[in-house]
Amino acid sequence: MSDLFERFRLAMSAATPLALATVIEAEDPAAVGAKLLVLAATGVATEFVGTLGNEALDRVVGRDAEGEIAAGRSGIRHYGPAGEARERAVAVFIEVFAPPPRMLVFGAVDFTAALVSVAKVLGFHVTVCDARAVFASPRRFPGADEVVVDWPDRLLDRVGATLGPRDAVCVLTHDHRFDVPAVLGALRTDVGYIGAMGSRRTTAARRERLVAAGVEAQDLARLRAPIGLDLGARTPEETAIAICAEIIALRCGHGARPLSDGTAAIHGDPTEAITETAP
Amino acid sequence: MRELLDDLERWRAAGVPVVIARVVEVEGSAPRLPGAAMAVAADGEVAGSVSGGCVESAVVAEAMRIHQNGERRMVTFGYSDDEGFAVGLTCGGTIRLFMEPFDW
Repeated sequence: MSDLFERFRLAMSAATPLALATVIEAEDPAAVGAKLLVLAATGVATEFVGTLGNEALDRVVGRDAEGEIAAGRSGIRHYGPAGEARERAVAVFIEVFAPPPRMLVFGAVDFTAALVSVAKVLGFHVTVCDARAVFASPRRFPGADEVVVDWPDRLLDRVGATLGPRDAVCVLTHDHRFDVPAVLGALRTDVGYIGAMGSRRTTAARRERLVAAGVEAQDLARLRAPIGLDLGARTPEETAIAICAEIIALRCGHGARPLSDGTAAIHGDPTEAITETAP
Repeated sequence: MRELLDDLERWRAAGVPVVIARVVEVEGSAPRLPGAAMAVAADGEVAGSVSGGCVESAVVAEAMRIHQNGERRMVTFGYSDDEGFAVGLTCGGTIRLFMEPFDW
């Protein structure tokens, strides 16, 4: 069965969206551990490798796994022996491996190098982009997956359609010649986080330029500027933490207050308070 | 399991038997989500983790039993400890692991 692991490993390194379905409970103990690998590369038909031991079950689980890949969700599902719904003879763990989220960083400045480092720790695929070749050299950003010499709007025209809710665009140029086209381009995508660095004054001036360019109020509300949480960060490294902390908080819908200030569930819904019961 | 791939490949190439433990379900407060995984080689080397450190040593002990008997099974850690493990998560949650030999 080692062929399955090899396919799994290769698909992971190729960043193919995939799911690994494993029978974890079954009436027949010999069925436990059976696996179906679901490879959902974009633009081609989904490929299935392996079997859960029953063709009909494979079909149903394969279809469910495609849905879970789209939703980016892992979990247990129950089926009848041949994939029947509303039966519990077989429990299948469908584990989804989504490609890493992407971060586009515009502006090849000192803050960029620190942001690249922190974003890599968080598992982002990081692209640094600057129109000035003298700054945008791969040697300055050894941690980046990609360093692109181009204008921000042109890069966003190329890759914007692939950006989604888990991805981030960070605009660190604080020069309106670059950051206005970067923000305009980012607002045309479904990217989950858009932040732009700059002083209060730079932020106000940029806002005026964006409004003049026709950006509506509800789109402006997507822009986090000045970028980052108010941690009191001063150094590039501290600023990178403040930016990434804001990205996490926004994605999770949490308010980024100290946990010690509240009673809500730490890992759960941020609005749900825990009621301690007396012993 | 992504973070285990290099170790799994290395162990496979060296012919070292490995047991994999994967979190498949969590209830209540638990530090890691479904998919968190840990691998235990027959020589005792460990990669990955399945909790904040509360149950890892019990997972190693169970993995060593699986190295002997080759079983694939569910293992539950936490307050609703119906499978008889005297190890829980200090945070009060429950995690269910699927453990199996890495023979696929």
